[in-house]
Amino acid sequence: MRDVAVIGIGMTKWGELWEKSLRTIFVETALLAIDDAGVDRLDSMVVGCMSSGLFIGQEHLTSLLSDYLGKNPVPAARVESACSSGGLALRQGFIEVASGMSDIVLVGGVEKMTDVTGCEATYALGTAADQEYEGYHGLTFPGLYAMMAVAHMHKYGTTREQLAMVAVKNHENGSKNPLAQFPFKISVEAVLQSVLVADPLHILDCSPITDGAAAVILCPADMAKKMKKPVVRITGSGQATDTIALSSRKDMAWLESTHLAGQKALAMAGQKIGDIDLFEVHDCFTIAEIMITEALGLVERGRGGKAVEEGLTAHKGKFPVNPSGGLKAKGHPVGATGVAQAVEVVKQLRGEAGERQVKGAKRGLTQNMGGTGGSSLVHVFEAD
Amino acid sequence: MAGIVGYGAYIPRNRIKVEEIAKVWGADAPGYKKGLMLEEKSVPSPDQDTITMAVEASKNALKRAGIDPKAIGAVYVGSESHPYAVKPSGTVLAEAINATPEVHSADLEFACKAGTEGMFIALSLVQVGAIEYGLAVGADTSQGAPGDALEYSAAAGAAAFIFGKDKVVAEALQTYSFTTDTPDFWRREYQYYPQHGGRFTGDPAYFKHITGAAEGILAKAGMKPADFNYVIFHQPNGKFPFRVGEMLGFTKKQIEPGWLVSKLGNTYSASSPLGLTATLDISKPGDMILIVSYGSGAGSDAFIFRVTERIDEVKALAPMTRDLLDKNKVYIDYGVYAKYRRKIRKAE
Amino acid sequence: MPNPSKYWREIPQRYRLEAGKCTKCGFVAFPPRLVCPQCGNRKFEKTKLADSGTILTFTIIRVPPHQFEDQAPYAVGIAELDDGVRLTAQIVDCDSGILKIGMRVRIEFRKIYEEGAAGVIYYGYKFVPA
Repeated sequence: MRDVAVIGIGMTKWGELWEKSLRTIFVETALLAIDDAGVDRLDSMVVGCMSSGLFIGQEHLTSLLSDYLGKNPVPAARVESACSSGGLALRQGFIEVASGMSDIVLVGGVEKMTDVTGCEATYALGTAADQEYEGYHGLTFPGLYAMMAVAHMHKYGTTREQLAMVAVKNHENGSKNPLAQFPFKISVEAVLQSVLVADPLHILDCSPITDGAAAVILCPADMAKKMKKPVVRITGSGQATDTIALSSRKDMAWLESTHLAGQKALAMAGQKIGDIDLFEVHDCFTIAEIMITEALGLVERGRGGKAVEEGLTAHKGKFPVNPSGGLKAKGHPVGATGVAQAVEVVKQLRGEAGERQVKGAKRGLTQNMGGTGGSSLVHVFEAD
Repeated sequence: MAGIVGYGAYIPRNRIKVEEIAKVWGADAPGYKKGLMLEEKSVPSPDQDTITMAVEASKNALKRAGIDPKAIGAVYVGSESHPYAVKPSGTVLAEAINATPEVHSADLEFACKAGTEGMFIALSLVQVGAIEYGLAVGADTSQGAPGDALEYSAAAGAAAFIFGKDKVVAEALQTYSFTTDTPDFWRREYQYYPQHGGRFTGDPAYFKHITGAAEGILAKAGMKPADFNYVIFHQPNGKFPFRVGEMLGFTKKQIEPGWLVSKLGNTYSASSPLGLTATLDISKPGDMILIVSYGSGAGSDAFIFRVTERIDEVKALAPMTRDLLDKNKVYIDYGVYAKYRRKIRKAE
Repeated sequence: MPNPSKYWREIPQRYRLEAGKCTKCGFVAFPPRLVCPQCGNRKFEKTKLADSGTILTFTIIRVPPHQFEDQAPYAVGIAELDDGVRLTAQIVDCDSGILKIGMRVRIEFRKIYEEGAAGVIYYGYKFVPA
């Protein structure tokens, strides 16, 4: 297996992009990555997108996006793993380069979510759950994560305030991210007073509906060195699946797929979790970030709530989590998130993160998750 | 001898008081309460309908019958509020209780008498040996037009009876039906609410057919009112059953155990059937029970049952009717009632 | 609007809670499956779930998917049935004060939703306080 480097990154402003279609959003973002990389050819394209069919009635993104990027006849793949579609695209691109199959690979993620009503978006997102035995009974994603929160709170004493603190921290970070959907600070009171979506989760505990895309260019590390680019390598990739339905999990207050994917990625990278300087994780709901910090081993099982309260995961804390603002402040165009996490980590490891810079960051980790934890993708990055 | 092998009831837990309805329409609540002997009625939750209640009542009947549902040869649901205009309620019920596929099913309608019609047919099939067991359910979630007198009484409930020849809890000694064409109460296709003939629904309708059926069955059986421990009449309001009972020579004491309407409302196809389940709940071996239903249009079905020794083995195997009626109630106001009963016009 | 076939196919599960019990390790799969997730065995025998259990977790959904718009807010929960199988369903007939982890529930047949004024009516199981 060859070493794989990220030589180009691209992301445009995320939000409700009424004037931009999916193809426009994707192409604008991909061009930024291509220009950043300074490459004039692509050997392959992998795109993560959860549900263009339900959101805009468009499938066959492989053809559409390679066409509009002006790159026909490049081979292209579109991968789907619910909200971890982007992380999965990154892994597939990584495998193509590492295996020697392709040299220059564009990995992108995109989602256009605002061309349907809120109720229809809730339905589309709900297809990440068990349609016949969760969705059929009226479950939504906030509902499923709310049940995980209730279980976690019952088992470990996690509090609503601790959940709110995750959102506050991520907005604190996101207020320094000009590309974020919501680049402003919020307070714990604001979270707790915002409207309830599924008890105990308030609307400000939940990541938003967003249009957006992110892209990276991968190539063999040797090629990156020859191109005299700052070399940031992907040193580890791990993936794991778990049951589709929350009720089938052995422990509903634990994310086993993240735990396994994290172990695999770190083992491949030859690192321990304590060696990592910053983390971009999947805070689709505040409770998710708390459970993820436990599953990755940043904190002891059950102590995720206490950890955020104690500032362990703050920007200046021992384990900075979501310096970009996370899904909560940055936004969550589903298929794009996993790739945007990589964009932030690479920016940080290049020392280009401006106000958000984690000082001396040398190693980063991204964790992208689908459904209620039915799939997890973890990647480890290192700057040379 | 053929008869009832198992019986079950189901009543939703929501209630609305007469005063609450009268308040909205500026009507005379004490007048309604006194004149019709009504206090409150049951209201189905939005996720309940004739089919869901029929399933739960039938499951209760199966608990008492103690038979393999696959042995049920016929399933009938009588209602005037079947959820579909075309697609049977009976098939959903038959699947839910695992009686399919070797089973006959039909939906029946005859205003408030549809429940006892199913009972008549199921019993008859058992008597001739065409089937081993037959299930008949009377269930309704009928609507009263807003502001109309019937809004005070139109309620929801279900009663299920399994008929067979062995393990009988109440033997069916006699049946009799009295039918004429009398347009006292009707609903045209595509109309949301029924219409009725006001006072015409009294003597020429309810009273004529109930007395016709009661006198007919007593003559056929060679019996008189005093031979019975209990009698159940169809209960459109609190007064009519006592009045017709008095006309026929029955006492209040015979009527009271099966008289549920003042706290339940008129459950239409389940009205006299629920009176029967409530009566069976308190009956003793050897008791003689007469039930006479009434359905507008018009007709009455009458049955004579004699309770057997087995009644005491089965009573407690499923919820008792009076427990369903009196316990676990939740009162709602007219706004919630109108929302539940879809009387509020919403966006398309 | 989907074909009724998707709903009809699951009727034995929706109406009667029919499940599959692995002939090798006894794992009960609901809905029934072809492969046992516990031991990999491919043979199952037909069984039926218990009809009561205990609530493990729950929530109240206030922002519903569009088919459930009329029903919000409604409670949903995951219960461990008395045979050890876990089930997800709405919790109804439940005054919000008594909704808590550890409460006993039983299963009732209810309407799940309707496809508008002219479409199919979908039925299934819900929890009610026991």
